[in-house]
Amino acid sequence: MIRTALTREAIEPEEVLRDLSTPEDGAVLLFLGVVRNHNRGRAVEGLTYEAYREMAEKVLESLVSEAEDRYGTDRIVLLHRIGELSVGEVSTAIAVATPHREEAYAASRYLIEELKERLPVWKEERYRGGESEWVGGREPGKGGGGP
Amino acid sequence: MHIRALFFASYGEILGTRELTVEISRASTVEALVRELRSRGEPFSRLPPSPVVAVNREYAQEDTLLREGDEVAFLPPVAGG
Repeated sequence: MIRTALTREAIEPEEVLRDLSTPEDGAVLLFLGVVRNHNRGRAVEGLTYEAYREMAEKVLESLVSEAEDRYGTDRIVLLHRIGELSVGEVSTAIAVATPHREEAYAASRYLIEELKERLPVWKEERYRGGESEWVGGREPGKGGGGP
Repeated sequence: MHIRALFFASYGEILGTRELTVEISRASTVEALVRELRSRGEPFSRLPPSPVVAVNREYAQEDTLLREGDEVAFLPPVAGG
């Protein structure tokens, strides 16, 4: 099963894994990116993700299709949350099922690293005290990005 | 010709708008569009001289040629994950 989505709904780990693997899979790997309560020395209360939705959906599909080709599995889920999130909530979920663990780890790692380079999504952190700020990120296509 | 320009996250906040229709001469490049916008003065001059841009939802380069009706998105450094 292949599934990608940008979602405003909370991501539930059990949902991510549902119907993912087949009887030939001996490894099922789940990665969750979670909102943490601090960043660069500041206390974070929550954050807002904004996306260029039409493009981000295409990028998610491309990433999964690249991982399929590289790691030989079509059991991949790749989700990214958008909107307002609180500390502890899941921002990113990556699930991969493969016959052996090496491919699952490699595919999961590939997906998160490429997502961070290429997904047109931005993050505004809200700090204790009411301030907020767009968090500096990576410049796609300007060193390291791209397929 | 007309280009639909989109500005995300911090760029949208700098400009106070998220979408503009820009008129520019035929067969302009991405670079020419950026130059035209930045020459408008504040707040446009606060856009970076060579921002990351997507044309019709694909990452593009400065020398990418634009066509009538293209959607050109100005993308601040991305921070998903």
